[in-house]
Amino acid sequence: MKSIAVLAVLTAAALTLAACAETGTTPVTGTQARTADKPAEKTTDKTPPKPLRAGLDPWANPDPFPSTYRPVPSGPTAIVGATILTAAGDQIDAGTIVMAEGKIVAVGKDVPVPTGAQVIDGHGRWVTPGVIDPHSHLGVYASPAVEAQSDGNEATDPNTANVWAEHSVWPQDAGFNRALSGGVTTLQILPGSANLFGGRSVVLKNMPAQTVQQMKFPGAPYGLKMACGENPKRVYGSRGRSPATLMGNVAGYRAAWIQAAEYLRKWDDYKAKIAKGEKAEPPTRNLTLDTLAGVLKGEILVQNHCYRADEMAQMIDISREFGYHIAAFHHASEAYKIAPTLAKEGICVDTWAQWWGFKMEAFDGIEENAAMVDHAGGCAIVHSDDEHLIQHLNVEAGVAMAAGNRAGLGISRARAIRWITANPAKSLGILDKVGTLEPGKMADVVLWSADPFSAYALADQVYIDGALAYDRSDPSRQPRSDFELGQPGPRDLMKGGNR
Amino acid sequence: MRILGQTLMAAALATTLVSGPSRADTIAVTHAHIHTMGKGGEIASGVVLIDNGRITAVGRDVAIPAGARIIDAKGRIVTPGLIVTGSSVGAEEIEGVEPTVNSGVEGGPLSAGFDIQYSLNPDSTVLPIERLTGATSALVSPMFRGRRGDTRETLFAGQAAAISLAEGPDILLRAHVAMGVDAGDRGAGRAGGARGALIPELHGLLAEARAYHRSRAAYDQNKVQPFALRREDLEALGAVIDGREPLLVEVHRASDIRQILAFGRAEKVRLVLSGVEEGWRVAAELAATQTPVMLDSDEDLPVSFEKLASTLENAARLTAAGVSVSIHGPGLSTGGKAVRLAAGRAVGHGLPWSAGLAAVTINPARALGLADTVGSLEPGKSADLVVWSGDPLDTSGAPDVVIIKGREQSGRSRQLDLRDRYLKAADGLPPPYH
Repeated sequence: MKSIAVLAVLTAAALTLAACAETGTTPVTGTQARTADKPAEKTTDKTPPKPLRAGLDPWANPDPFPSTYRPVPSGPTAIVGATILTAAGDQIDAGTIVMAEGKIVAVGKDVPVPTGAQVIDGHGRWVTPGVIDPHSHLGVYASPAVEAQSDGNEATDPNTANVWAEHSVWPQDAGFNRALSGGVTTLQILPGSANLFGGRSVVLKNMPAQTVQQMKFPGAPYGLKMACGENPKRVYGSRGRSPATLMGNVAGYRAAWIQAAEYLRKWDDYKAKIAKGEKAEPPTRNLTLDTLAGVLKGEILVQNHCYRADEMAQMIDISREFGYHIAAFHHASEAYKIAPTLAKEGICVDTWAQWWGFKMEAFDGIEENAAMVDHAGGCAIVHSDDEHLIQHLNVEAGVAMAAGNRAGLGISRARAIRWITANPAKSLGILDKVGTLEPGKMADVVLWSADPFSAYALADQVYIDGALAYDRSDPSRQPRSDFELGQPGPRDLMKGGNR
Repeated sequence: MRILGQTLMAAALATTLVSGPSRADTIAVTHAHIHTMGKGGEIASGVVLIDNGRITAVGRDVAIPAGARIIDAKGRIVTPGLIVTGSSVGAEEIEGVEPTVNSGVEGGPLSAGFDIQYSLNPDSTVLPIERLTGATSALVSPMFRGRRGDTRETLFAGQAAAISLAEGPDILLRAHVAMGVDAGDRGAGRAGGARGALIPELHGLLAEARAYHRSRAAYDQNKVQPFALRREDLEALGAVIDGREPLLVEVHRASDIRQILAFGRAEKVRLVLSGVEEGWRVAAELAATQTPVMLDSDEDLPVSFEKLASTLENAARLTAAGVSVSIHGPGLSTGGKAVRLAAGRAVGHGLPWSAGLAAVTINPARALGLADTVGSLEPGKSADLVVWSGDPLDTSGAPDVVIIKGREQSGRSRQLDLRDRYLKAADGLPPPYH
């Protein structure tokens, strides 16, 4: 009897959720509340219901920590004569790219240079979109890695969907500047993987700033960090609480989604009553369920740490049961085992080339993972999860490309560049703004000293929204964090490669 | 399915590595662009002649004996096999799986007496994967286990070994190539929590070892004060105090490096330093004392207060000052794969290319006292070499042929087995049949 009752509840919940997931697939942008969530105004002659006090309606202000990012003003710039990988088409040899007012204006072989533009000689050099790392802990696990700055894992409960990574980000982490010198212009900062639900991610533009709000990518949707596998069950199992097994993990996800569906139903009921002018008691706002409900409404993207193929398949079933979509599996060492499935589901694969075997669930990782996912028609991404690797994601992508080509998969540079630009942009819901070199997009551009897939390649210049954010030959364009001032060494560092 | 079939055929053609180990007979690698890393220098087109596991000749004009097996390099680059440092390959299978981790102990009872040669597993799946990166030997370093410095533990991590990555059961190249010890934050933690305790305690422990080796009889008859170290530790330190075995000291901050150099002078022991992020600030002293260093050339962040002056130019600056630099990648236990590309990135940051190659061949060989047998292509040395498809320090290059101890090595690994199984698996039967 008991099991039947549970089943009935689950079915009802699933239906409610499916309905909710149909609505609102657009990401949250800006500060405006969605009109559909505003109390209806046609309550005729009765006194209009008082709006809830500020902060009590989760949908009234979906962006309480708004971006204050402002592009640095810049004049028109043209890089001429470079080999250009646009991440949206074929390789362009001896091409020109023109940027103005923060946007890409034109890219191609025969593009005129506008009068008054600053002209950069790109001969012998390469141009790509700014590198996008969809898996970073910069700022939340900052340098120096002292206990006082270990802010990436709220490992106090298996479900901490209530925490937001941006509230842990220390903008003075020198790692941001080093990543910039490696061509990284956009990055997603995630909570760690101790919990089933680790919390919200935040997408940043890699422009040095004093506050995280000044770095927040305008209009980027939030992500929810979820974690499969060994980490959550180890962390909580060792404390004698659930989850202690993989089946405990899955029970934990499902229980949380049921709560979230119930939460949405209560708010929908409340809003419906208010709209009809009836009296109703508002549900109590719950930050954990706000985030989970945001996923069910299609506004928050699921970023799911998951190594093993069999677990990924189960996470896909759970997403179907509750009516949401997984944006990307992270690490995904075994993605190549189910590459066609992941391609069909439209789930991106964020992975490495050379990191494998450091724990049991990573034992089957192979260098060709990204190439095999790409070959199956999937969305392959090379990510870092590391403050050093983030500085040379281009080389890691080069390793993955070379391995794929040794396997006969025929991966071109024009294709592989997508793994660190267009595909991560897609996985973060910002491909309409960055990730490729196409007119109208943000002018986030890297000028490389050499073939970007070479170990020798250095980012000579990095542009963010058309402004020169980093220049290897100009110390005045090499940002240093406050922490680095007055410390031994920094003044002498990074004079630039002299190869 | 036709496309996949072609893919697999292309994959098979792409690798010229034969399957299964070949016999150690006479081999001539011809038309090779040879970087000998020894007295022979660089040879634009030459021959490496191998007989019975050893190099017998290297040069432009080498007479090739009748019956020798010819491997035509067709102008490709040939280098000594690379030497992996900064890892515990062969003593660890999976870092996160406790029973497979044999690289060190937590809280004793042994310290200096810990001997990693007994931890080696020649069947480790990691070894073929390393081999496919062009590595032919490796330093297997003892690692401290457990939490860092929050319990009082011994200062010595134990004795490192060098291994050959050749197929077969005999991977030990040399035992006792170095004695591991931590200085800096972690060493201070082990000494009780402050640097002020570390150097005095190290002096004290070496004094015990000297006393022990002066008179084992006195020790056996309990005629000496009780020692902090056990007999196994005291025995192991014998090679250190008489200068046969270097101390491999992990140290980071410039001032700590100076302290360790002074300690080495006072104790008249040999030193090899690892970590050395701020080494460039004391480059002249390192060069003057001819102290070799082993470093992660990718470290450029102030990740701790003892690494504030980290820079990607560390390897280039140290080399320019005349210091012998060995390069390894970031400190993952199974991260030796990254060695050659770490050297390549250091080249991007100012290190001359030949110094980059030296940092993964002859320099670690010399630092570890192995240069009589590995690290360069010279007559009399072990025939460990790689024929590269391209630049060995760049992503475009990969090993086409790996020869260790005169035997051509298999081109297979567990990773390639997985790859090929899932490339084939689209063809019908479930993967376990492939």
